[in-house]
Amino acid sequence: MASDALLRLQGVVKQFGHFTALHGVDLDIHEGEFFTIVGPSGSGKSTMIRLLVGMDELTHGAIWLRDKRIDETPANERPTCMVFQSLALFPHMSVGQNIEFPLKLRNVPAADRKSRALELLDLLRLPQSYYSKRISQCSGGEKQRVALARALAFDPEILFFDEPLSALDYRLRKTLEKELKDLHHRTGKTFVYITHSLEEAMVMSDRIAIMKDGRFEQIAVADEIYSRPVSRFVAEFMGEVNLFEVSTEDGSTLSGAGLTGNAPSGLAAGSKGLLMVRPEYIRFVADGGTADYTVKGRLLEEYALGSRIQYEIETTEGQTLTVEKLREDRTTSALGGEVTLGFDEANTHLIEGD
Amino acid sequence: MQRLNQKLGFLSALPMLAVFAIALFAPLIVVALFSIMPPKVFSIANTPDFSAYSVFFSQGYYKSLLWSLGMALAATVILLVICWPLAYGMAKVFKSFTLFLTLAVVMSLFVSENIRLFGWVLTLMKGGLIEGHFRAWTSVGFDSPLYGVGIIVFGLVYVYLPFMLFPLAQGIAMVPDDARQAAADLGATRWQIFRQIDVPLAAPGIMVGCLLSFVLAAGAVAEAKILGGQAVITIADDIETAFTFGQDWPLGSALSMTLIGIIGALALFGISRVDLDQVMGRKR
Repeated sequence: MASDALLRLQGVVKQFGHFTALHGVDLDIHEGEFFTIVGPSGSGKSTMIRLLVGMDELTHGAIWLRDKRIDETPANERPTCMVFQSLALFPHMSVGQNIEFPLKLRNVPAADRKSRALELLDLLRLPQSYYSKRISQCSGGEKQRVALARALAFDPEILFFDEPLSALDYRLRKTLEKELKDLHHRTGKTFVYITHSLEEAMVMSDRIAIMKDGRFEQIAVADEIYSRPVSRFVAEFMGEVNLFEVSTEDGSTLSGAGLTGNAPSGLAAGSKGLLMVRPEYIRFVADGGTADYTVKGRLLEEYALGSRIQYEIETTEGQTLTVEKLREDRTTSALGGEVTLGFDEANTHLIEGD
Repeated sequence: MQRLNQKLGFLSALPMLAVFAIALFAPLIVVALFSIMPPKVFSIANTPDFSAYSVFFSQGYYKSLLWSLGMALAATVILLVICWPLAYGMAKVFKSFTLFLTLAVVMSLFVSENIRLFGWVLTLMKGGLIEGHFRAWTSVGFDSPLYGVGIIVFGLVYVYLPFMLFPLAQGIAMVPDDARQAAADLGATRWQIFRQIDVPLAAPGIMVGCLLSFVLAAGAVAEAKILGGQAVITIADDIETAFTFGQDWPLGSALSMTLIGIIGALALFGISRVDLDQVMGRKR
C-alpha cells in the first residue's frame, strides 16, 4: 500500500476482555517529525505505544510502516525501538555493553561496536570514560542518556518514548526536554513520544495528538492546539483557560456568562458555543477603556508566578476566571475590589456547539 | 550514648554467639583431630599420624567419593534443566497457581524421605504397583528399574527438587520484565534473551539452587541404599560404616574431612561468584 506516511494506523482497535482501550484509531506519522501523543492516565496512550512497538497485539485494524504491514511482526523483528519509562537498562552490563547490546545481536565486530558506542556517548554528551562504568554508578540523567544511546545504536526507523522523563525532578526534566529536541534535530530520526504532560509535549513536538478515552480528540501542531482547540477537553487540557458559555438569538447580540459585546462571527443565530480566551489575553479595563468583550467581577486572589502575576476573578455570574499579566502590567486594584475585564475577538476562539 | 548502646548490644549477644561458635566449630574440630589419629582409637590423646588419609586411597574409598560427586553432579544438572521452566512459570506466569504449587511441593517435605523412597520401591519393584498390574493385565512382565545408578540419580532428583526449585524461582523473579522486553525490542531472540538477560540476572538464584542440591546430594545415603540396593556405595555410606560397623573413628573422620573440604571449597567458590544479598532481598 502506497502512502507518504512513515507510520500509518488504520482503524486500530484494542480490547481487553469487554473493555475497549482503543476505538478504531487512525493516524499518520511522517518521516523525521517529532510526534507526541498526550493524554491523561487511562486515555489509552500506553496501550497505543505497546501496540506500536509490538509488545501487544491489536484486536482489529492495521499498522503500516512505509508500505509494509507490521502489526503481525513480533517486537524483535520490527525496525523500531523504544525508550522505556523505567529505561530498562541491563543492570549486569556496563554502560558500554548496554549501548553495544543491539550491535552485538547483529554480530557487529567488537572494534566497530566500541567506536560506535563512543560516538554515541559523544552525541549524548557523556564523557567517554563512562564506557566502562556500571549502570548503578550513573545518575538519573546519565541513565536517560545511556538508554537513548542504546536505542540510537539500534538505528531504528522510529524511536518511541514511553514517558521516560516522568520520574525525574523538574529542572533535570527541563534540561533533558531541550536536549531531546536538539537530538531530534541532529539525528533527523522520527520520534514518537508519549506523555501525560502537556508542557513536555509543547516544548518538544512538531505535532501533538490529544487522546481521550481511546480516541484522538485533536491532532495538530502545538500552536494550533493551544489557540484553536476543538473541544472543552482539549482547551482545558492545554493549560489555564477561560471558557464562556455563550449563545445568541439573533446572531449579533451575545448573551450568557455576563459578557457584554457582539456575538463572534462564527456563532450563528440561535446557536450556542464556548468562547475561549487564554489568561494572557485578558486585560484590566479602566473606566472609559474599550475592548470587544467586557465582563465585571471581583478580584479574589493574586499569585506571583515569577515573571508573571496570576489573578483569580469571580464574575458577577459566579464563574472564576484566570488572568495572567506580566509583572510590569500588574493591576493597582485591591484584592476584593470590583474590576472590569476586557479582551478582543481576535484573541478568542469559538468552540461551536460544545 | 550510641557507642555505649553498641557495646551493650554486643555484650548481650555474646552468650548466644558463644553457643553458636561452640555448636558450629566444636564437632568440626573433634572430627578434624580424630582424622589424624592412628587407626581404630577412641581418644584424641594419641600421637597424630596421617594413616587414615592414606587408607582413603589405598582401600579405594576415593571410588565412593567419585560416585557420590558424579551422581550429585548429574542430579544437579538434571534438576537445573527440569526446574527452570517450572520456576520460570512460578515466578512470572502462574500467578495464584504458584501458591498451590509451592504448598504441594512443601507438603511433600512433611513426609520422611525414607518413607517416600520406600513408596517408590513399592511402585517400581518387580511385582510392585506398576509391573504387577501390567503383568496381571497383559501377562507380560518386565524388569524393575530399581537397583542401578540411574534410579539413584532419579531418587536424588526427586528428593532434592524443592531445594533447586525455590531458589531458582526466587532468582528468576529478580529478572525485571522490562529488561526482557527491552532486549526483545532491541532485536534479541528468545534464546538471546535467555542467555544474555535471564541467566546472568537470575545467577544468584541459580547458584544457590545448584549449591544446595549438589551439597545435599553429595552427602546423601538413603537413595543409594533404598532405591539403588547398594549397587554403588556412596561416600556418606562409607563414613557411616566406618563409625558404626567398622568401629574406626579416625577413618570415618578422615573421610568426613575430605568430603567437607571438597564441598566447602566448592560452596565458598560459588558464593564468592554471586551477590547473595540480592537473593536475600537486601538492598545493595
